[in-house]
Amino acid sequence: MKTLLRPALSLFALLTVVTGVIYPLAITGIARVAFPEAANGSLIVRDGKVVGSRLIGQNFTGSGYFWGRPSATSTMPYNASASGGSNLGPLNPALSDMVKGRIDTLKAADPGNAKPIPADLVSASASGLDPHISPAAAEYQIERVARARQLDPGTVKALVAQYTEDRQWSIFGDPRVIVLELNLALDATSRQ
Amino acid sequence: MSSHAWIMLGLFMAVLLLTVKPLGTYIAEVMEGRFKPCGSIERTLYRLCGIREDEEMGWLKYAFAILLFNVLGVLAVYALQRLQAWLPLNPQAMANVSPDSAFNTAISFVSNTNWQGYGGESTMSYLTQMLALAVQNFLSAATGIVVVIALIRGFARHAAATVGNAWVDLTRVTLFVLLPIAIVYAVFLTSQGVIQNFAAYKEVTTLEVTHYATPRLDPAGQPMKNDKGAALTEPAESTTQTLAMGPVASQEAIKMLGTNGGGFMNANSAHPYENPTPLSNFIQMLSIFVIPAALCFTFGRMVGDTRQGWAVLAAMTIMFVVMAAAAMYFEQQANPLLTQLGVDPVSGNMEGKETRFGIAESGLFAAISTAASCGAVNALHDSFTPLGGMVPLVLMQLGEVVFGGVGSGLYGMLVFAIMAVFISGLMIGRTPEYLGKKIETYEMKMTSIAILVTPLLVLVGTAIAVMVGDGRAGIANPGAHGFSEILYAFTSAANNNGSAFAGLSANTTFYNILLGIAMWFGRFGVIIPVLAIAGSLAAKKRLAVTEGTLPTHGPLFVTLLIGVVLLVGLLNYVPALALGPVIEHLMLIAAR
Repeated sequence: MKTLLRPALSLFALLTVVTGVIYPLAITGIARVAFPEAANGSLIVRDGKVVGSRLIGQNFTGSGYFWGRPSATSTMPYNASASGGSNLGPLNPALSDMVKGRIDTLKAADPGNAKPIPADLVSASASGLDPHISPAAAEYQIERVARARQLDPGTVKALVAQYTEDRQWSIFGDPRVIVLELNLALDATSRQ
Repeated sequence: MSSHAWIMLGLFMAVLLLTVKPLGTYIAEVMEGRFKPCGSIERTLYRLCGIREDEEMGWLKYAFAILLFNVLGVLAVYALQRLQAWLPLNPQAMANVSPDSAFNTAISFVSNTNWQGYGGESTMSYLTQMLALAVQNFLSAATGIVVVIALIRGFARHAAATVGNAWVDLTRVTLFVLLPIAIVYAVFLTSQGVIQNFAAYKEVTTLEVTHYATPRLDPAGQPMKNDKGAALTEPAESTTQTLAMGPVASQEAIKMLGTNGGGFMNANSAHPYENPTPLSNFIQMLSIFVIPAALCFTFGRMVGDTRQGWAVLAAMTIMFVVMAAAAMYFEQQANPLLTQLGVDPVSGNMEGKETRFGIAESGLFAAISTAASCGAVNALHDSFTPLGGMVPLVLMQLGEVVFGGVGSGLYGMLVFAIMAVFISGLMIGRTPEYLGKKIETYEMKMTSIAILVTPLLVLVGTAIAVMVGDGRAGIANPGAHGFSEILYAFTSAANNNGSAFAGLSANTTFYNILLGIAMWFGRFGVIIPVLAIAGSLAAKKRLAVTEGTLPTHGPLFVTLLIGVVLLVGLLNYVPALALGPVIEHLMLIAAR
């Protein structure tokens, strides 16, 4: 036992320094040089002010903005320092109640809309910070946003297309619309 | 199942299989000391630590060394959590972690489970993340790999008293296998958008003001309740969003590569800062399986017959593909209760999933992460359809041998292989042998312990938790699903997976202690008998292959091996599964 103690202690200490200090510092150094923007959170600056991250969604409820996925983070939606989802099981009545409430809100904001309701627009994301919605969920909202901003639906549609990402390398993931950047672009268009 | 799902599964398996031979060869060469990438550094390190490179250990000494090394890990992780408030690199001023949570997390990360009762970005300082948790991501992975290497030596050596040198093995795996891959991988992750910094959390001004409800507190700071017991809230608003920061990429790389799975952030690989793009997601999936798959080749190479390794890999692959297809299929099914409310069923069960990954890559990720004992999640298993959620549960209950954890998956599978030759030996009336080693009473005793210890922990733990109030208090979802949450927790802990039906409120003294016990014995209750088998096999002479030897590299043996894994898994867990996901599925049909 005693012959094992010295190697155990010293090897543990050495490997801790290598993997727990040198390794993360080296990666930080490389990342700072190679991908500084990404390493610091892919932040978006508007008028000299940081307004968010390209990767982190924000809460939108105004009819002139595209709405993102419902967020179940506590205590406020899109809380980016406490990520998480609803963890509601499929049969939990609370899930049906919540989805019903979201459908009612969507309908109230756009009473004439008879399109089928895209699932991602009424179900909470896993992170609570999902920056994307499906193209169908964007399509569902185009008329409402155009009306609220008194823009031509064609203009809004073009913006949606501009902020729609196809599958990465045409194969990975699902097509998606970046909500925050789309809304920033809408603001910029409205200001003109 | 959509065509996209089939393409992803096919592409994933194709790329994975391409890596098996090169990486498996490399691991074998490094572990056997034939290839020394940094010989002088290695020698200096051994001298500093008082390690004699050529000293060989018997299995008992090897086991003691591993245990000691891991106990040191528990102490270090526990201490760093309990002291983090007073230590540097804590810009958010995180408080010291409570004793029971720190105990649970220490065992969790040392045992390669990475069960997390806490939320990362709201609990752990940067120092704790990198110096306690990420270090164990390396060292627990190294532990798993060296144990399987010792077991393989047991098969490869004959009439030998030793199985290797634990210190040398740990050093080589950590520095020459895990570290180089992790470095390249971490840099790749930052290229995709994974953050890597030591800045304080960033407060940004949001486009819209967020209105929300916050719990109303009494003067003592306790949440107030109305006379019906419901929490009282008051309206609040926020004009900012606080973005969690940290050295994520370096930890993320080894989290996946070492089949650890403990997220830097609470949302784990669903968090856009941990897993920002579909490409990072694909590489994350690949990196979970890459070492467990390669080790099969390492095994074949070290025992001198690569067909043996391919046979084990084939058994794993067949079981995996079936289960992965099932997960993707069931998640593509919409929740009928939501369809009745007018939700378009075409995009499947999106609750608890991220848009960028969609159904296919969420279902596939879940299957990979639970087939391997990784436990990272990019979607919330708790919100899966009943049968979709049963896939991760079953994959863990098979004993984490379908690829499984790094090292632990293969040693678990080799234990099942011993069981398979034993059963077939009984059927044909011959003394069972595997790779020229006679399987006798001692090996079978150890095999039985290794196979039975986890089901025992899972079923007894679940039974205790559903019987006592402290256990039932954690349940988030009513009915059969609540039982599934508890069953999942103990299945995950004892099999060292670490994923969760995360609605369960497990950060309580009761769960922290009970799950901590399950994780420790689920890990070392298997490792010690496995090393005992290694020692016993190494001492045996190798038998010559004769007419009567059961070949263990063909389709017959692969079928037999799959049969044994399924039989043991099913016999242990079918009653429990019937009470959870199966009932829930029937109720969902009834609700349609």
